Order: sequence, then structure tokens, then C-alpha cells
Amino acid sequence: MSTGVGGGGDATGTTRPAAVTKLDRVVIRFAGDSGDGMQLTGDRFTSEAAAFGNDLSTMPNFPAEIRAPQGTIPGVSSFQVHFADYDILTPGDRPDVLVAMNPAALKANIADLPAGGTLIVNTDEFIKRNLTKVGYDANPLDDDTLAAYQVHQVAMATLTQGALADTGLGKKDAERCKNMFALGLLSWMYHRPTEGTERFLREKFAKKPDIAEANVLAFRAGFYYGETTEAFAVTYEVAPAKLAQGTYRQITGNTALAYGIVAAAQQSRLPVLLGTYPITPASDILHELSKHKQFGITTFQAEDEIAGICAALGASYGGALGVTSTSGPGIALKSETIGLGVMTELPLLVIDVQRGGPSTGLPTKTEQADLLQAMFGRNGESPVPIVAPQSPADCFAAALEATHIALKYRTPVLLLSDGAVANGSEPWLIPDVEDLPDLGVEFATEPNAPDGSFWPYLRDPETLARAWAVPGTPGLQHRIGGLEKADGTGNISYEPDNHDRMVRLRQAKIDGIPVPDLEVHDPSGKARVLVLGWGSSYGPIGAACRRVRKLGLSVAQAHLRNLNPFPANLGDVLRGYDKVVVPEMNLGQLALLLRGRYLVDVISYTKVAGLPFKAEELQNVLTDIVKGVDAA
Amino acid sequence: MTTIDLGLPGLAGVPTSDEPQKAKDYKSDQEVRWCPGCGDYVVLNAVQSFLPTLGLKRENIVFISGIGCSSRFPYYMNTYGMHSIHGRAPAIATGLATARPDLSVWVVTGDGDALSIGGNHLIHTLRRNVNLKILLFNNRIYGLTKGQYSPTSEAGKVTKSTPMGSLDYPFNPVSLALGAEVSFVGRALDSDRKGLTEVLRQAAEHRGSALVEIYQNCPIFNDGAFDVLKEPGEAEQRLIPLEHGKPVRFGAEGEYGVVRAGFGSLEVAKVSEVGEEELVVHDAHMTDPSYAFALSRLSTQDLRYTVTGVFRSVSRPTYDDQARAQVEEAKATRAANLGDLLRGKDTWTVV
Repeated sequence: MSTGVGGGGDATGTTRPAAVTKLDRVVIRFAGDSGDGMQLTGDRFTSEAAAFGNDLSTMPNFPAEIRAPQGTIPGVSSFQVHFADYDILTPGDRPDVLVAMNPAALKANIADLPAGGTLIVNTDEFIKRNLTKVGYDANPLDDDTLAAYQVHQVAMATLTQGALADTGLGKKDAERCKNMFALGLLSWMYHRPTEGTERFLREKFAKKPDIAEANVLAFRAGFYYGETTEAFAVTYEVAPAKLAQGTYRQITGNTALAYGIVAAAQQSRLPVLLGTYPITPASDILHELSKHKQFGITTFQAEDEIAGICAALGASYGGALGVTSTSGPGIALKSETIGLGVMTELPLLVIDVQRGGPSTGLPTKTEQADLLQAMFGRNGESPVPIVAPQSPADCFAAALEATHIALKYRTPVLLLSDGAVANGSEPWLIPDVEDLPDLGVEFATEPNAPDGSFWPYLRDPETLARAWAVPGTPGLQHRIGGLEKADGTGNISYEPDNHDRMVRLRQAKIDGIPVPDLEVHDPSGKARVLVLGWGSSYGPIGAACRRVRKLGLSVAQAHLRNLNPFPANLGDVLRGYDKVVVPEMNLGQLALLLRGRYLVDVISYTKVAGLPFKAEELQNVLTDIVKGVDAA
Repeated sequence: MTTIDLGLPGLAGVPTSDEPQKAKDYKSDQEVRWCPGCGDYVVLNAVQSFLPTLGLKRENIVFISGIGCSSRFPYYMNTYGMHSIHGRAPAIATGLATARPDLSVWVVTGDGDALSIGGNHLIHTLRRNVNLKILLFNNRIYGLTKGQYSPTSEAGKVTKSTPMGSLDYPFNPVSLALGAEVSFVGRALDSDRKGLTEVLRQAAEHRGSALVEIYQNCPIFNDGAFDVLKEPGEAEQRLIPLEHGKPVRFGAEGEYGVVRAGFGSLEVAKVSEVGEEELVVHDAHMTDPSYAFALSRLSTQDLRYTVTGVFRSVSRPTYDDQARAQVEEAKATRAANLGDLLRGKDTWTVV
């Protein structure tokens, strides 16, 4: 089996049907103008791969502007899908196949295509005006600029318009279907099932049947174009992946997170109130949850980030599960209310889908630079648990875990997702609802104090969680608030010793939350170097470790899902290796925490480019370090 | 008995109690720590005396406040309560009221809390018409931070932070509320127990957001700000009490009244000069807010005239009722099957 399509297989002939080459994995990147529908195209190709049973991982990459000026580099939108016949961990470092719908898409992406890679271009857009716009003096299709690649020139717009000539559709509307032509062509090249896409198009445009039909026609035209022309000598097959037994679906991080909240509502038997304000890349959580009110979910689009979290906290005070969702800038605004949640010791799920910062930063790009904000970004000693999912599908379990902690320990919990996890997708082994954990809570219903009254700050001796009596409970009327509480009674207290005790109690409550021990993956058992990550870098780190091991070197991998509190065995794990490498998409925030907490001088490897790590770059970093340690 | 039997649609869904209640039932065991002579005491007593008349279960009443002197209010009420953070009480109360239709939710706030740091939440809560009652204690000064000017202080006010006089033009809170599409707004004086109680009663009966502005004296940093409205001989010339269905008339002998002026505005006239039939008859239920707005403009910062009572009380669907109705509709029409949701439309099975 070859591991790429770059060579194009046996290129001898023009025989039909095209020869079939089997591959174990392929990375395809669809790139075009923001208005070209590349996200939809990629998404559909992904669904076809999923339906076929491949393992897959995707990475959308789009500008923050809804419609940047047409045909410009800032307006380029792309979608990369990696699919394989085995379990893969990342959306792929580089595409094997690049589909470029215009000169801007070519210019912006060609550097990522390795020599020998397949390039499919829509020639209709390669006119002088468009070429000049992005700085091509001459048409790169006409000279030897692209000599290193297998170039397929296809007049997609013209062919699409031709296919739709009899539909009565205007020229412009017909031309807009060219993304489906591209999808059809790629579907033919990779032997993808097509029924799903046709069904999807008919459902999506159910109210505009002529548009639905035009898209289906364009899709078929692309497929038949591959089949009937002699331009493509070879087609490729990627067999279904041998994943663990069970039923799978494809899912994005934001959808998985929203489903996790629905499941949390069901498993806790509490109504959910999501108080939120739209922000990229978190808005899809609001969109998704607003569709599932039948599960007792209320979604409140507030006037601002602060009102969103305040409404969620108000609902929690009333005995509901309060949830708020945002990105880094929103967390900055919500900080004071998170502090109120810490002080009033009420459950609250705070979701931060991190994006590039500071300030407005890179709204549509990914980053892991909110860790210290999550950890410390409030006034006073204000500890909150932090949970970080490691992949799109993992968001489901992470939401359940974060909710469990919030409800059991009566505390705000920060769930740190990021743009890569939120918008990326992968197959998800659908859990059996019967196996989901029970998150039921018990509200206080009786007086609990020695004097026969109710003390809201009497704690469970094991969890240190305070008694939670909701309004409407007879006889337990009490007042809470942001002022310091007297230990036990919860009355206002300015007592120096009481404050010291309460600060330590709040800290001890969070520190005492049991989280699973850190598991280390070291197949050889001989590794002297550990690579430790957190959050969405799991995929690239894992892929890099596989590559390092393929070189015959030993490296151990561990991944933190609980950032606060850390697993109890973390210190021992760190001290068990000669070197610990911590790759992060920030300037070393976890590394700072590890050094401070454990006095272990970890090696911080950082990159803050708005894009996930590439497996190749981490492979190189790790290889150098492992070789250095082994040589020492 | 239900709140509907009691004629309190604003409290529909809140359980009632058959046990007689007294004001002292609403006093918490916490020592009240406002300055001696503070108007807040009077308001607290008025609220504690008024609540028993509603006949609600005490545990189903919640007071939410922000930050400031008045925001200590919940600590002194033997109900449920939360003393939250600056300006955010309406947002917290929105979440609570939406999640819990069985609660009577009250917000206690001040001119700084509601109109400065919390201005955004206030206007959006009012336009949504969330079913909660907002008591805005307006003393025209920042008390808890020791005497800086507030968004209702008169322009030119000399304070610690404005030694050469403040440059801010003040809000008229009733006008602001009307601009924010409020469905109920009233005003009362802290010293006028009867008038305050009447406005509170109507606010409680109203289903939707009710804003009650209470002129409240701060004896330390803005003492006597409303004295002209309390002095015999002076007050009658300035206070214009509203009563639904009655001509708007005031003065020791009822010698003044309110009449229409140009462009939909109102003005004060001597009844003897214009004739009784020219007086505006107060209609708090008028859908168009222009009339209530014109009434609100009669009250000027210098207190030459101050309109009290209920300016506007109109019926409009509430945010929280509708949000709950959507959830109920979804529950009635769509199956809440988690397994089906998780599986979605396109799955594949690995054997």
C-alpha cells in the first residue's frame, strides 16, 4: 500500500475504466473563495467518507469576514479532510490533493502541497483580472510554475453551466453550483458513495426544488466528467477503517459539546438554561441547543456576555443547570460573575471555545492561550476546576464530566475547548445512553444546623460542597451573595480569621476533587522522554509520537484532560522521565504551571500561528530531544 | 386560594399561604446597617408591611440586588435572596424568573447600580418584559463609595470627584424606562408610605417587568435632595399624583391640573384658567407610550414638578412566559429521545 497519491499511480494509459489504486490514507483540501461553498463541499465529502466507514479528521479554515472581497487572499476559505483505513489522529499536515477554485485559493495553499501532489484547478477563474488581484504576473497554468505537481485543469464553471443549460436556471445561479461539480469529481476519484449527498441536497433545498435539482445535476456532472473523460487515469480506494466495534457517526466538537449538555440535562434530571451571547467560534453551541428544547433546555440570547452568564447563574440559584458558552473575549467579560459563582458556591458550566488572542485576535483561528485566564483570571483567590477535551468527539464526555463536577461540588467549571476541536470533526463511537453516568443532585430540604435553622455554608465533610437549598423550599430561607461568608452560617463576615479559613476552604474543595490518574502511553516501556499535552493538541502529538516510534525511538505520551486540579500522580509522572516536552499553542502556559507546582523544568515547545501543530514539526522536535537524551 | 383568586395575575403560579402573615415575619435576623436617617429604612419597612398583604408563601419570594447601599436590602428580608455584583441583578433575576415561574422575583437597585454600570441590563430586561419587579432607589448620589455624583445627579453637582462641578446631564429614569419599552413604570417618595405601598401593590399585580422609582434620601452625601417634596406648603405645589381614570389635578385646593400642550406634550395649568373639562384624565393603560412619556417630562431635575403614581401599566406577553411556552410546546410535539439524538441521521456500524 502506498501512503500518498502524489505519484498518481500508473500513469501509462488512457484506458477506461480508470485503474484503481488502493491507498491507506488521503488528505484532500478544498479551497476557494468565501462565497464558493468550500465548507459545505468539504463537509459533504466528509459525510461520504464517514458513511463509507473510513476513519477521518477534518479542519475547516475560513476568514473572520463573512464575504471578504471576492477573489482576494484574505477571502480564501478552505476545508481539509483526512480519511483513512486505520485510526488517524489529525486532519493531516499537508494535503495530498488540493482543489483550487480560483487563483487566490491556489496562491494561498500551494505552498502546503508537497511536490508530486495532485492539483485540481477550476480554470474558468484564471483570467487576467483575478490573477493580477493576487499578484500573478502570468497565468501559472501556462508556465512551469506548477511543474512539480500533477495538475488537472478543469473548466468547472463552464462545465457546470453546460450541464444546467436545460434547467432554465440563470447563468449566475448555475455557476454557483460548481462546488457540487468539484464534489462530484472528487467523489468519483475516491469511489465515494453518492446517495447521501443527493439526499442531503434535496433536503437542504426542499423549499427550492429547482435549486436542489440543479445542485444534484452539477454533482452528477462532476462524477460523470471523471468517468467519461480520459483526463484522470487512476482512481483511488481507501478501505473502511478497522475501528472498535460499535455504531459511529461523524460529529464536530461544538455539536458533541451541545449533545453533552443535553445528556447532562437528562442525566441530572435538571432543566438547563443556557445564557449566552453569540461569539465565534462558540455560537454553534447556542444554535444546536436551541433546537432541543424538548429536553427541558431554555436558550437565552442575552444582551451581552455578562448578562448571559448572570442569567445562567440566576437559573442555577433556582435549581437549574446554568450554562454559558463563549470564547476568550467573553470569558474576560464574565470573570466577575464566575467569581460570584465561586463565592456563592453554585454550579455553573462555563464553556470557553478558545480562539486566537489577545483582544479580538483571530476569531476563526485556534489557540490554547486562555489556560491561565481560566486558571487565574479573576480577582482574589478564586479557584475553578478546568476540563479540556482532546478531540471533537471527546467534547461530549468532557461536557458530562464538567457538569458532574459543577453539580457535585457546587462550583463554576471551565470547559476549555478551542477552534480546532469545535469546528473539526471525526467519527464518534455513539455511547449507549444506558451507560451514561447519573448526575442527580440532592437539594437541601431540612434545617441542618445545631440550632435547628438552615446554614447554607455547612459543608459535606467529604466533598466540602455546601448545602444547596433552592428558593421555594419552606423554612430554609437564606441569603447569599458576593460578600465574604461566615463559615457555616453564610452570614456576612469581615472577620480576619474567618476570611483566611474560607479562602482555604474554597481552595481545598477544588483541590480535593478526585480526577483520574494520568495515563502514560509508552509501548516500548523504555522511553526516557515524555511528551505532555493538553486539549486539542492530542491528535498532532499522538501522530508525532507514532512517527518517532516508527524511527525506532522510544517516546512516552500523556495528555492532560483535567487542568485543575491536576491528576494526583502528575508530579510522579513528570519526575519519572529525563526530559518532559510540553507542546502548546501558547507561549508556555501549562509549562509555567508545571514548573511552579512540581519544580520540574519541562521543555516548552510553543507555536501560536492560529493553526494546529503539524505532526511533522512535532516529530522533528521530539526526535531531536529523544536522540539527545539517548546519546547522553 | 390562588394568586388569580387574589386578583394578582402578576403572581400567577406563585403558591399562596393561608396562614396570616405579619411584617415581622419578613424581617431577617440580620442587623440593619444603613446610616441613621437613611431613606432605605422607610422603604424596607414599607416593603415588609406590604408583602404580607400578598398572601404568598414566603419561601417563594426572592430578592436579588446588585451593589450599593440599597443592595444590602436582601440581607434584611426573611425570604430567599442574593446580593450579587454591581449592575447585574436584572440579568441574574432574568435567569431565575425564567427558570422558576413559581417565584415572585424582586430586584433592588440604586441609581448607580441600575443606570450606570447596569444600564444595559436594565433596558434589555424592560424591553423583554421579564416578570420581575425592580425597585430603583434613587438618591441621586453614590453612597457606598462615599459621595461621587451619579447618573441622576444634577449637572454641575460638586462632589468629591467633581470639585468643579459634574459635567454629566442626568437621566430621568421614568423617561428612560418608557424609551426601553417598559410595560409598567411608577414613582413614589420614600416618605410617602401610602403612595409607595399603592405603587408596589400595582407593580406586584402587573405581569411583566415593573420599574418603581423611589426617591430616597441619603442623609450623609446628598441630604435633603427631595425635601421640597416633603415640606408642607411646598409639596402640594410640586407633587402631581396620578390615579387611573381620574383627572390629573394637584395643589392644596386642587387648583392646578395637567393639560395638553403642543406636539403631544403636557403642561401644568391653573384649573380656574383652563376649566376642569380641559384636564387630562389619566389612562395608565394607553398602549402608545407617548402620553406616559409626556407625563414623565413634567418631572424636572429641579423638582419644580414631580409626578408620582403609576405612569404606565399595559399588558404585553412576558419573555419568561413565552420561553417556558416554547419549551412546553417542544416537549408536547417532539420526542425527547436522547439515544435518537445522539445517533442522528447518518451512522455506520463496525462489527
